Amino acid sequence: MSSKTIKVDYLARVEGEGALYIRIKDDRVTQVQLKIFEPPRFFEAFLQGRKYTEAPDITARICGICPVAYQMSSVHALEQILGLKVAGPLRELRRLIYCGEWIESHGLHVYMLHAPDFLGYADAIQMARDYPEAVKRGLKLKQIGNELVALVGGREIHPINVRVGGFYSVPRKKDLVPMVEKLKWARDAALETVRWVSTFNFPPVEPEYEFVSLRHPQEYPFNEGRLVSNKGLDIAVDDFEAHFEEEHVPYTTALHSILKARGAYYVGPMARYNNNFDLLPPAVQAAAQEAGLTSFCCNPFQSIIIRSIEILYACEESLRIIDQYEQPERPYLEAEPRAGIGHGISEAPRGSLYHRYRIDDQGVIQEAKIVPPTSQNQKTVESDLYQVAVQNLHLPEDQLTWICEQAIRNYDPCISCSVHFLKLHLERR
Amino acid sequence: MRGPYDLSLVEGSITTPHDMARIQKIRRASKFLVAIGACATAGGIQALRNFTQVEKYIPLVYARPEYIHTLEKSSPIAGQVAVDFELRGCPINKTQLLELVSAFLQGRRPNIHPYSVCWECKMRGNICVMVAHGIPCLGPVTHAGCGALCPTYHRGCYGCFGPKETPNPASLSARLRVLGVPEDDLVRLYRTFNAEAEPFRQESTVHE
Repeated sequence: MSSKTIKVDYLARVEGEGALYIRIKDDRVTQVQLKIFEPPRFFEAFLQGRKYTEAPDITARICGICPVAYQMSSVHALEQILGLKVAGPLRELRRLIYCGEWIESHGLHVYMLHAPDFLGYADAIQMARDYPEAVKRGLKLKQIGNELVALVGGREIHPINVRVGGFYSVPRKKDLVPMVEKLKWARDAALETVRWVSTFNFPPVEPEYEFVSLRHPQEYPFNEGRLVSNKGLDIAVDDFEAHFEEEHVPYTTALHSILKARGAYYVGPMARYNNNFDLLPPAVQAAAQEAGLTSFCCNPFQSIIIRSIEILYACEESLRIIDQYEQPERPYLEAEPRAGIGHGISEAPRGSLYHRYRIDDQGVIQEAKIVPPTSQNQKTVESDLYQVAVQNLHLPEDQLTWICEQAIRNYDPCISCSVHFLKLHLERR
Repeated sequence: MRGPYDLSLVEGSITTPHDMARIQKIRRASKFLVAIGACATAGGIQALRNFTQVEKYIPLVYARPEYIHTLEKSSPIAGQVAVDFELRGCPINKTQLLELVSAFLQGRRPNIHPYSVCWECKMRGNICVMVAHGIPCLGPVTHAGCGALCPTYHRGCYGCFGPKETPNPASLSARLRVLGVPEDDLVRLYRTFNAEAEPFRQESTVHE
């Protein structure tokens, strides 16, 4: 019987602070815990007693990488209470700002956080010595995504222009047109990204997942649709809490979310892709096929290809929106506050993000609930880790640690959202 | 934690016993320590807990309060250790960050103005949203840095960069009352991402 302990103090390249704990006894994996020790945050409590108009500004502060997601889920939930239906160019502008967020967030993850895993570098700075063009391409993609968010939202981090009912001010057509050339470059760069990442080596794992995402009848989802899965889930956004519940476990400040009927599930780009492949434009489908994917993928390591596919989609979609855009007469719709409960789910870069609000007739928030994508994926990350550890027990410690870290980064976890350093403890006895 | 470091940039506020111990180590290992962002300079949005009892918050979010370890208050870095400079904003301005690092490399004080958002509005040639449209705006008491973004987008400033030098929020509140802003909205207006910054904290309690 061997007894060894491996301790990696910082698992880098994830957003937030957490730790991974794996215990191996007599060549068997006995325990896997993804510990999140991000200090507890109390956003749902802060929201109580605030005006409904403040929700998009306050919830944006949950995350500096995906503030648009928080703004979108909150405004849709609140508009449901007020009976507002945002349509036409205002709806399109919301998709456009979301495209910007997908491009910057996915660009960051694919190039700076995830690709070094496949190419054997500790970080993107090391990788840049051998792959300078790739790293430059990734940075420029991120920059273009940021510019798009800033153009519609006022700034790239915590945009100021999103409000319940629409925007404080809307761009003129001529404000958007200069983005076209940049987005065409980004579209080509995204296609190159898909080709590049598809040449990486992917460990042959294909776990059985339940993929959960929005699905909209006509379009690849951002803000609207029903919540569906590959195992028959098909519910209105309003029914989320009837089908899902959160558990509080002792070793983490992030709540675990489970599907009541079947347990752990998977949200994020791979879930969106698998549930909505038919809604991708033909050129994007063709790029996926060229990269060796079919309409369904369940190898979590290949999520890097799917994230790249989604960058490509976001570029195509932004170009379409800008081409068809006509400046609306009014930047926002208005309604008097009324008491009620509203629900919203939008597709954050990392997966479905649920918000629920109850407000009174003065528009003051009485209760708020937020279920972020990383806490929804937490249980699935743990089961992946278990499987990866079991399959690779024969590897030396450093390689086993590497592949376990990689298995976590497959999910692009945003730990500060879920409630900063990831520590890895691997204990062999 | 290795070190020593010439310059440490610290983001985030102090909310747990672990944070308190860690910031002492960072201070000891650093020649210069700069707090960046509203959390580090004013306790951030987490400091909303300072106006209530945190025990009331925990059960609203967590089913098992006994698993949660947190401090009663969220405090800025300067509340715990000596800080050499504070860079404001939620989020910070990247040009200001570059100026800060350049100034450090050249051994001079950063050229970052502590005047109000109103200055930036005038420099942009904006029409005043409060005077012309009666939109409540924190610009007169808020530290510059965003480039007067909100007024440029036809909304009032909501105070991301915290108080300017020598602000006069009492005078602003009097004006906001004339515009019809109710007392509880005044409390909310001063209590967002810089609620623990003294001039905002004090003014908010006046209207409670």
